Amino acid sequence: MENKLSRNLYMVPYVLWIVLFVIAPIFLVVYYSFFDIEGNLSFINYQKFFTPVYLKMTFSSFWYAFLITAISLLIAYPTALLLTKTKHKQLWLLLIIVPSWINLLLKAYAFLGIFGTYGVTNSFLEVIGIGAQQILFTDFSFVFVSVYIFIPFMILPIFNSLNELNPTLLDAANDLGASKWITFRRVIFPLTMDGVKSGCQVVFIPALSLFMLTRLIAGNRVITLGTAIEQHFLVTRDWGMGSTIAVFLIISMFLIMIVTGTRKRGV
Amino acid sequence: MTNGVIIQFNNVTKQYDNDPPVLKDVSFEIERGKFYTLLGPSGCGKTTILRLIAGFTEASEGEIFFNEKKINDIPANKRQVNTVFQDYALFPHLNVFENVAFGLRIKKLKNAEIEQKVREALSFVNLKGYETREIREMSGGQRQRVAIARAIVNEPEVILLDEPLSALDLKLRTEMQYELRELQRRLGITFIFVTHDQEEALAMSDEIFVIDKGKIQQSGTPTDIYDEPINRFVADFIGESNIVKGRMIADYRVEFVGKEFECVDQGLNENEPVEIVIRPEDMVITTLEHGKLQVRVDSQLFRGVHYEICCYDKDENEWLVHSTKKANVGDKIGLYFDAEAIHVMRHGETEEEFDRRLEAYTDVEPDGK
Ligand SMILES: Nc1ncnc2c1ncn2[C@@H]1O[C@H](COP(=O)(O)OP(=O)(O)O)[C@@H](O)[C@H]1O
Ligand SMILES: [Mg+2]
Repeated sequence: MENKLSRNLYMVPYVLWIVLFVIAPIFLVVYYSFFDIEGNLSFINYQKFFTPVYLKMTFSSFWYAFLITAISLLIAYPTALLLTKTKHKQLWLLLIIVPSWINLLLKAYAFLGIFGTYGVTNSFLEVIGIGAQQILFTDFSFVFVSVYIFIPFMILPIFNSLNELNPTLLDAANDLGASKWITFRRVIFPLTMDGVKSGCQVVFIPALSLFMLTRLIAGNRVITLGTAIEQHFLVTRDWGMGSTIAVFLIISMFLIMIVTGTRKRGV
Repeated sequence: MTNGVIIQFNNVTKQYDNDPPVLKDVSFEIERGKFYTLLGPSGCGKTTILRLIAGFTEASEGEIFFNEKKINDIPANKRQVNTVFQDYALFPHLNVFENVAFGLRIKKLKNAEIEQKVREALSFVNLKGYETREIREMSGGQRQRVAIARAIVNEPEVILLDEPLSALDLKLRTEMQYELRELQRRLGITFIFVTHDQEEALAMSDEIFVIDKGKIQQSGTPTDIYDEPINRFVADFIGESNIVKGRMIADYRVEFVGKEFECVDQGLNENEPVEIVIRPEDMVITTLEHGKLQVRVDSQLFRGVHYEICCYDKDENEWLVHSTKKANVGDKIGLYFDAEAIHVMRHGETEEEFDRRLEAYTDVEPDGK
């Protein structure tokens, strides 16, 4: 009896945490989504969400998040593979992880300097004779900076799953006649799928709701759901609409987590 | 002569970075269709030899031949050998069928043919009906069989097995020893089997290579190696032995523990220091006056088939005796052994010299006896 009591006591902080910081906010968001801008109960926000403006915004959010995830993956996988083959792999990994500790905004500001009209990149382009370009406030700069910011989060889980891979399996594939490429396709990649999935998860979900970067780097040329939420809450004060978008965002995040959910497999 | 040779090592040395070499100047020949065992303590270089044959590492020096072709530079995936790994190395994301089919799919065989070969290989290792099982649902012994099926399905000329039985419990291990030996006979392909268990090696092999510190100490049939160990290491490692220092007095006469004995060895130098090996099962317990040695029984263990009796002589040399008869601890007893039971080992004798000496006996023996 006492045991059960003490166990319940230990649960208190955890339950409090979940209720205060997870359930309550979600409940509030759902609650607000049923009020229009004048504070009347209505479904108007949900009707609005299914208009072309918002659907386009949703589509573009998904599209950019997809681009950012795909490019991150394409760069991160070979990098992680290389890292596992280096001598001091933990050190190299640390060097890649360190930038992720720096605040996102600081990095964004740094890129304003690098990509700006009088920035380093343009000076370089002038020198080699291409001439200054508009780099900032383009889709390219947005995707580039986002990929830069998210890549450590993609590398880490992939690196870990590659590192856990039993090296004898590669010998075994080789022994059975597999070339390096076939070994990669049939053994290495399938066995590191869990790492790839969690990498995609930790990149895609935050990328979906990016908002500061869209203003600073993309100059509001890219409007994502995250930007829209921010605008509704802080600029137009239409909390209902902002909440409605958030509801959809939360739903899509859960869906993505289910789809990319890691199923533990193996011996 | 060379027709039967499938693998040949010529003065192969393997060294990692600046460490001392793992294999030192190793040469040997493997003949087609036999069951070979590499036997030696952990860390002696057994796995390294297999990895060199399979092509996972390169020799630092020396040449490796396969079917009379030098294969030092041929990558592992182009070599006609398959390996059963120590930890089996089965692919955890593939089921039993796909694990076995892995090599065939790479060779791009037709599906029907793959199906047939995989089923055949699985029934060879008594795993019919397990095709769709996941690897994690298989027991240790079953995984082992999958690993063997995955190797034999490719019909290689040589199969390398790296301590494949070491993870199994005793009963299963004995069972698998029979099965492996039987499998090798049925397939007729060359097996190179690695173990650190001398009983396993003696029970299974046509030929044993005893390895220590990166060198082949002795090679030969199980009985050769058991009866005529070349040096102290082999004598000690293979079976249990009584080893004492001695001195050759003349042909057929040897001295140890301060006494002179008749033996069957000849052709050594007079007064040459030697080491004497007598196997515990060659010693017979008798009365003090009939015994060639007089000893005191120190302890006794019942081993099932025999008693293992540990005795000491007056110079405190330990003598191990295997006897079906019980002795009494503390008794003084005599130990009797034939002249043939005394095995004389020269110091620092190479395998060639040793073989030449042995051959010399066989030439003399008919009229000597
Ligand atoms: N990749 C490696 N790098 C450095 N040393 C190694 C490597 N692989 C094996 N060794 C060394 O080679 C020796 C022999 O190893 P191995 O052939 O695996 O022995 P065995 O299989 O007989 O136990 C050991 O001392 C081991 O430490
Ligand atoms: Mg080994």
